Amino acid sequence: MLLIEIKPDKCDFCGVCVGVCPEDAIELKEASISIIEERCTNCAKCVWCCPIEVLIFRKDKLQLLKAKSV
Amino acid sequence: MTSIKDSYDIVVVGAGPAGTTAARFAAEQGVSVLVLEKDRDVGYPVRCGEAVSRDGIEPFINPDSKWIAATINSFIFVSPDETEVKIKFNRTGYILERRIFDYELGKLAAKAGAEILTKAYVYDLLWEDGKIAGVKFEHNGEPKEVRAKIVIGADGVESRVGRFAGIKTHTKISDMECCVQFTVSNINVDSNACYFYFGSDYAPGGYLWIFPKGSDSANIGLGIGGDKAKFRSPISYMNHFLEKKFQSVPKLTMISGGVPCSITLNEIVKDNVMLVGDAARQVNPLSGGGITSGMIGGSIAGEIAGRAIKENNFNLLNEYPKIWHQRVGKRHEIYYKIKNAIYNFSDNALNSIAHSAIKIPENERTLLSIFKIALFDKPSLLFDFAKIFFY
Repeated sequence: MLLIEIKPDKCDFCGVCVGVCPEDAIELKEASISIIEERCTNCAKCVWCCPIEVLIFRKDKLQLLKAKSV
Repeated sequence: MTSIKDSYDIVVVGAGPAGTTAARFAAEQGVSVLVLEKDRDVGYPVRCGEAVSRDGIEPFINPDSKWIAATINSFIFVSPDETEVKIKFNRTGYILERRIFDYELGKLAAKAGAEILTKAYVYDLLWEDGKIAGVKFEHNGEPKEVRAKIVIGADGVESRVGRFAGIKTHTKISDMECCVQFTVSNINVDSNACYFYFGSDYAPGGYLWIFPKGSDSANIGLGIGGDKAKFRSPISYMNHFLEKKFQSVPKLTMISGGVPCSITLNEIVKDNVMLVGDAARQVNPLSGGGITSGMIGGSIAGEIAGRAIKENNFNLLNEYPKIWHQRVGKRHEIYYKIKNAIYNFSDNALNSIAHSAIKIPENERTLLSIFKIALFDKPSLLFDFAKIFFY
């Protein structure tokens, strides 16, 4: 399950997230951004490095996932 | 409609200073070159503090007032307790108007014979029999292909061309300076000085800058290591600083960006793919400046690529990493060590360095004299610093 969420309206399309992504899981064009779900491992490096808080790690989803698996 | 051909000797991905310089130096060898740029403009949006040294750019372009926003003759370092240490810069610095500067570099590449296509987003390499035969790109939303004997990746911090070719290009988060910058108006700063603020309140694991652009405008930005940005975002630090220092100044632009402050990638050539500029991690890791080093990387790669085509000898491409490391790369390895030492100084150490430095008379104050003071706090720096002079 993808736990990283992008707020595209907030994005400046600068590419920091792409530069730190170990899986090449982010597609960034001139003014659009998306995560390639099959490649993303939810490592959250993109979330940590985004200068303007565009990417969010959905902890709530993670908890939901954990609750389900118990 | 694109008017480009189906096939070129060299395709360059990215029209920043490294890409257009590579294109120019390649085209000057008389080979066919196409530059693909994903944005609609060459030079815009600007993702840069825009500071360079005159010595750094003069080999590539004659200084022109139309892209020089300010001339710099001193640095002002500000410590965590706001002690200002002014140092005369014994060379000349410029704050650029990159949107014009990059355009002019694009024109120089075009004059040399390179073609440029904007709004062209490269999403993969073109493979044939296991070999790289060009690139796949989207232009105006339509998928296209163009063949090339050599592909030069100048695609900046993202550095995806290298990944397509099988090079690990992603940057360690502690090496990624995560930046945000406002260009502001109506502010009163020394229009011939670059300001650098150090400390955990301004920019942990990096620095905050104020670079003047003319008499009443400036770039105010900061960069924080990704390992620090994890705990608090760059924009949060920036807003905090502006509220403290420059309340209600008009903000003309806001940009974010990333500067890979590491050493050069292990592989900057693979088969017939070459990487230049930020994509090759050719940024000066200490200052975060990447314009001149990217242009050096671009010029070396472009010249060699052009020659390789002319002489039909692709083994020549392996000369590129060697020459790059000799000219710049090795020095960056030392700068990288110094960066890691300086960025880990405590606020107390930075304050004590500043207090000692202001006791040196201003006309005797140099970066070196301040560095000597810093050495008392971190003697191991001496070892790294000494090595710089032996290169």
